[in-house]
Amino acid sequence: MIGGYCGKILEVNLSKSKIHVADANEDVLRHYVGGRGLATKILWDRLGSRWSKVDPLSPENLLIVATGPLTGFYPGGRICISGKSPQSNGIIGSTVGGEAGIDLKCAGYDAIVIEGASKDPVYLWIKDDEVEIRDASKYWGLDGKDTVVKLTKDAVDYLNSKYRRFGEWKDPSILYIGPAGERLCRVAVVMEKWTHAAGYGGYGAVMGSKKLKAIVIKGSGPLPEIHNPIKFHNLLYMAYDECIRRDGMRRWGTGSGGYSVGAMQSSEPVKNWQEEWHDERSFGVDEFERRVWIKRYWGDYGCPTTCLKIALVKCGPYAGSLTDNPDYELQAYLGTNLGIFTPEENVYVASIIDDLGICGINGGNVLGFAAELYQRGILTKEDLGGLDLSWGNAKAFGELAKMIAYRIGIGDILAEGTYRAALKLGKMKGVDLLPYAVQVKGVAVGAHGIRSRMDYPTPIAYACSVQGGDHTSVARLPIDSNGGEIVRIMCDSAVVCIFNFFPNPSLMWEFYEAVTGIKINPHDWCYSDGLRILYIQRAALLLGGPDFYWDPKVHDDNPLRFYEPLPTGPYKGQAADRSEVENLKKQYYEAVGWDEYGIPRSDKLRELGLEDVDLALEEVRKRLKHS
Amino acid sequence: MAMKSQIWIMRDYANCSGCRLCEVVCSLVHEGKIWPEASRIRVFKFVPGVEFPHFCSQCDDYPCVAACPVKALSVNESTGAVIVDESKCIMCGKCIDACPGRIPHKHPAKNHVVICDLCGGYPKCVEICQKAKYNALWIVRRDDVNKQTKLYARTPKKISDELVIRLYGEFGRRFL
Repeated sequence: MIGGYCGKILEVNLSKSKIHVADANEDVLRHYVGGRGLATKILWDRLGSRWSKVDPLSPENLLIVATGPLTGFYPGGRICISGKSPQSNGIIGSTVGGEAGIDLKCAGYDAIVIEGASKDPVYLWIKDDEVEIRDASKYWGLDGKDTVVKLTKDAVDYLNSKYRRFGEWKDPSILYIGPAGERLCRVAVVMEKWTHAAGYGGYGAVMGSKKLKAIVIKGSGPLPEIHNPIKFHNLLYMAYDECIRRDGMRRWGTGSGGYSVGAMQSSEPVKNWQEEWHDERSFGVDEFERRVWIKRYWGDYGCPTTCLKIALVKCGPYAGSLTDNPDYELQAYLGTNLGIFTPEENVYVASIIDDLGICGINGGNVLGFAAELYQRGILTKEDLGGLDLSWGNAKAFGELAKMIAYRIGIGDILAEGTYRAALKLGKMKGVDLLPYAVQVKGVAVGAHGIRSRMDYPTPIAYACSVQGGDHTSVARLPIDSNGGEIVRIMCDSAVVCIFNFFPNPSLMWEFYEAVTGIKINPHDWCYSDGLRILYIQRAALLLGGPDFYWDPKVHDDNPLRFYEPLPTGPYKGQAADRSEVENLKKQYYEAVGWDEYGIPRSDKLRELGLEDVDLALEEVRKRLKHS
Repeated sequence: MAMKSQIWIMRDYANCSGCRLCEVVCSLVHEGKIWPEASRIRVFKFVPGVEFPHFCSQCDDYPCVAACPVKALSVNESTGAVIVDESKCIMCGKCIDACPGRIPHKHPAKNHVVICDLCGGYPKCVEICQKAKYNALWIVRRDDVNKQTKLYARTPKKISDELVIRLYGEFGRRFL
């Protein structure tokens, strides 16, 4: 086996209660690496021929949990969750931090592929080669915090009694869903450790559709053998040095962006993106630290950066609210985007979102969307079950989040995510609500606006991404730039944390060579294996279905809001420019080898050996060229 | 001239970030690979946010050494560390039961216990924790803490329960 891999994939069929360990195909690993790339390959091989007919929330869909060759080796532990996305109907590689990736490899598996659906709530137990589908009825319905604590306790008790002579057993890693995932909300996430979420994609709903409450993993073996241990050792210490010297990032995490991105770069969502500027200093680096942080450095396995912190509100109306930082994305989406500007209220909403298992970004986006409809009188208090959804009313946002997770009243519609809710509510109210839906292809855009050009400088960043509004995987020219999507495919496939990748991007490729023995030139990656993964993701996105089909002419575009001039701040008046966007789109299509309709070209697909993808895309060509 | 004191690893659980760099380097030194369960220092996390390192605290009376029926455990005179003779250990588990903190544990792949050997006096876990500026572990003179060290040998459950309240206060009760 290639260095860094276990060489085994765990196949679980929940309909048939069958578990099977398969050998990983070395050739596939060589070209698709792991994580997002491997998940894309598996999804395409098994569902590609009937992609547009597969309902993401049906037993037919797969839930894939995949590590990469650098999981556990590159500093910072992450694991990739994928499947057919109930948000975009394409493939999204959504990574989450924690110990699950390391535990899974120590148990001897590179990935888990879960198909089918259980009738009753279950969880998957993995302790090395002891793999079982276990009854989860006593955990079903629990919130995130209780799920983790109770499952940990039961697992440790079990290990201590069954493997008594080992000594004291450490806790296992737990990937789980909250009440939102159980109710198939498309804004639901797969979570780990209370606050860590594989956010984009809506895979909490996929897990819920399979009646799978959790995946509990304890691996007791070593990480797999690697190609060059001495070189690896040197690189490891180099990476430690690079990360440890970044004191600002370490102390404040991305949370410092709550002030700097808003006040200085003017690209932070404020009141559902009606503005992107604020001058609220309580969201600076220091106030969270003084008021709510009870733990300053909190990290995942092997991470020398530990950009996470733990926040607890100790007194006042929000006492007991407990979450991480919040990081920049959640300060923005569960703070400024809802007109909330105090750390305590921000922590309160984030704590509720965590407990329910809702995505901070997609959830915050749909809450902001609802609040703007309330501001405009389109949604009334009656529509909202009596809630006064005025900007800044944290209690009301917390209540609405619960209505979403439990699908109560209007929460049932909002649980479908901003795009689907906009269509449905628009029909009900007889108004076009898409101008207020700040999303791309069903996925909420990350909290980085493009209008000021000071943060995400490319106006097609989200428009042309194969993961919709995902801010960690954006389109950029030239296509082999470190900030571009194809290099990020490598980050998500080798499965490394981008915050440990930023300090020295070349290290990732060197690690990859030391661990696997395979040398990749980053530029070549972007025109061969990386591009191949991008093509399959693009094909799946365009095939879409069964509820929506995207048309690049219409949907390879910014949210309409980004064409409205910024009303306030240092970049007042700036907006995305329609002709520039069209021009850049054309350039980007050309650079990645897509035709004028935005479809990967036949000759390019065949050059990369993707004949089956080319054939499958005939369906899309017919649809788009005749529309 | 007075004899040089043995070292001891002072620990402040509240400073532990849960990064597990100590586990990474410990297993690299002792096993030549990253192997969390074989690490002589192990970071427990029964409740998220409450991570803490658990490893030998070199009690002054070494109950583990006394309990070993086959003399597989001995004390290194210059460092004070408990040394495991892997060829003698029969993995009876008596040292685990004798330890007030149930600290020794079985090597996950071999038939012997593993106990912190202080890396011969230059513990790698402390080095990385200091390098990363967490200061959860640092080195002190054992003479300065002698007879107190045994107090640090507590079970993971006990340490965890106390830290949960220290960190989360009244709000932590529901996690016990």
